[in-house]
Amino acid sequence: MTSTSRSFTPVTATIATVHTAQLGRARAGGGAVVIVATLQSLAILALLRGIGGTAGQEARAAVVSGATLTVVAFIAWNLLAQRLAALKAGGGLDYYGTLPVRPAAVVLGFCTCYATFAVPGVVLTAAAGIALFGLPVTHLWVLVPAALSSAVAFGGLGALSGLAPTRPETAALAGQLGLTAVMFVGLIPPGPLPDWLAAVRAAMPLAYDIDALASALTPHPDWTGITLRLTGSAAFGACCLAVAARSYRTALNH
Amino acid sequence: MVASVPTEITTDPAEPAPGVAAACAAHGLTRGYRNAGRLAVDGVSFSARHGEVFGVLGRNGAGKTTLLRMLVGLLRPAGGTVRIRGAEVTGQAARAAAHVAYLPQSESALTDMSVRTAVEATARLRGLSRAHARRQSGALLAELGLEDLADARMERLSGGQRRLAGVATALAGQRPLLVLDEPTTGLDLDSRRTVWRALDRRRADGTAIVLVTHNVLEAESVLDRVLVLHQGRTVACDTPARLKERFGGLVRLQLSWRHTPPLTPADLGGDVRDHENRWSVRLPVEDARRTLTEILSGPAYTALDDFSLTPPSLEDVLLSCDTGEEAR
Repeated sequence: MTSTSRSFTPVTATIATVHTAQLGRARAGGGAVVIVATLQSLAILALLRGIGGTAGQEARAAVVSGATLTVVAFIAWNLLAQRLAALKAGGGLDYYGTLPVRPAAVVLGFCTCYATFAVPGVVLTAAAGIALFGLPVTHLWVLVPAALSSAVAFGGLGALSGLAPTRPETAALAGQLGLTAVMFVGLIPPGPLPDWLAAVRAAMPLAYDIDALASALTPHPDWTGITLRLTGSAAFGACCLAVAARSYRTALNH
Repeated sequence: MVASVPTEITTDPAEPAPGVAAACAAHGLTRGYRNAGRLAVDGVSFSARHGEVFGVLGRNGAGKTTLLRMLVGLLRPAGGTVRIRGAEVTGQAARAAAHVAYLPQSESALTDMSVRTAVEATARLRGLSRAHARRQSGALLAELGLEDLADARMERLSGGQRRLAGVATALAGQRPLLVLDEPTTGLDLDSRRTVWRALDRRRADGTAIVLVTHNVLEAESVLDRVLVLHQGRTVACDTPARLKERFGGLVRLQLSWRHTPPLTPADLGGDVRDHENRWSVRLPVEDARRTLTEILSGPAYTALDDFSLTPPSLEDVLLSCDTGEEAR
């Protein structure tokens, strides 16, 4: 008799395959959503430009940063939560559950697929925001790590929102509430908030990437703050992914 | 003319025959329904050998799918163990996955993909290289006659075509144990034959196949051994031939009446099923011959439209097992 060894498909191959396999759904279900998410952020930018165009540069940078990363939250959190909840409700997790793959790699494959799909909306929103609010583009490259780490964090939260609840309706609600929270954190500049509320907001992991990108869009970025915030966001995202992977394993054995 | 129906047909299926390697062995598997008073699967044991097609039969709700899900590790049993190729993998799907391919009842995880992507991705996720997965995907699509649908999205296919594509994904990666939940449901005749031929080739290569099917007539010619479940319990486990032997010469007498006959079902003895002037009853051969002679030579003959005598089938075994609780 042959002994059963614990051999998994390599993580990179798993992520790449799940990513590719899910592209069809992301395109079919997400195409319209990406347009809606982008238009929503662009509309918010135009609105805030109309009522706050003379605000300080920090406030303007915060708005552009928040609107840009809201697109990521819309796709990677809200849409992914709904997709995974539907998959779970339809018994689709059985397929992945009986493959020799690591749960975290499957979850990461879903996250990267949906996050990648948000890229055009992120680029368009950032470009439009910078043009509308007259911000410097010198350090715009920070958008790349900020979008990546927010994709991991929001994707992890999306996976958790989709896999943990027992009912798909709860997952959809969690996705919507998450998006609302990101919009609240991202689109209200911290300046006018009371000190205690600004401190609470700054401590929320959802704000790390937004504040890091906002700082990079000012003439004198706080590089230490940016590094710490991006690192903190990545660590928070890793924790979210780990918890989501655990929820995935739990969901398999329901 | 009363037929006695044997219902205790169990053998000891927990261990394979001496010298024969078991591809999988379930022992005493038990699992309850959530928020339900009774067990979905109650102490079920069986083993499947390499090169064997092992069928799990039973009515809807008998516990077949729950049993398969425990076998592949998706469900952790409340009691009992699962061993695959000698190693215990109870409740450990990822561990079992190194050797098992599972086809669930629906393909909901695959509906977003094209048929080719679904098969190729499954092969990749079972550890094949990209080139190998692509080659194998092409070969499987050709074997199952899916080449024309290769680039169609699964959700746009008919139920039968989608099922066929699902079978292709189960065959990807060439696992030594296939666990298939109703692989031919919804398929047309040609597709069913294609699937059985494909499974037969795997059997010849030494693959063990455990499957659930409701198509008893087909199963009779394909299955090497059969486990019959009733309300979560094993009521029979043996080869189809031996199961039918246990019915010791019972034949099915079917009578079709032109108009109301001058006799009642009770006159025939046995458990007569009466459906719109068509009677069906299982009887010992001698009883059936005597009953038929009486009908053909008596006044009932004028009311008779048609009749047939058929040897016992696996369906008869199933029907008998379904009423086994009462008979006991």
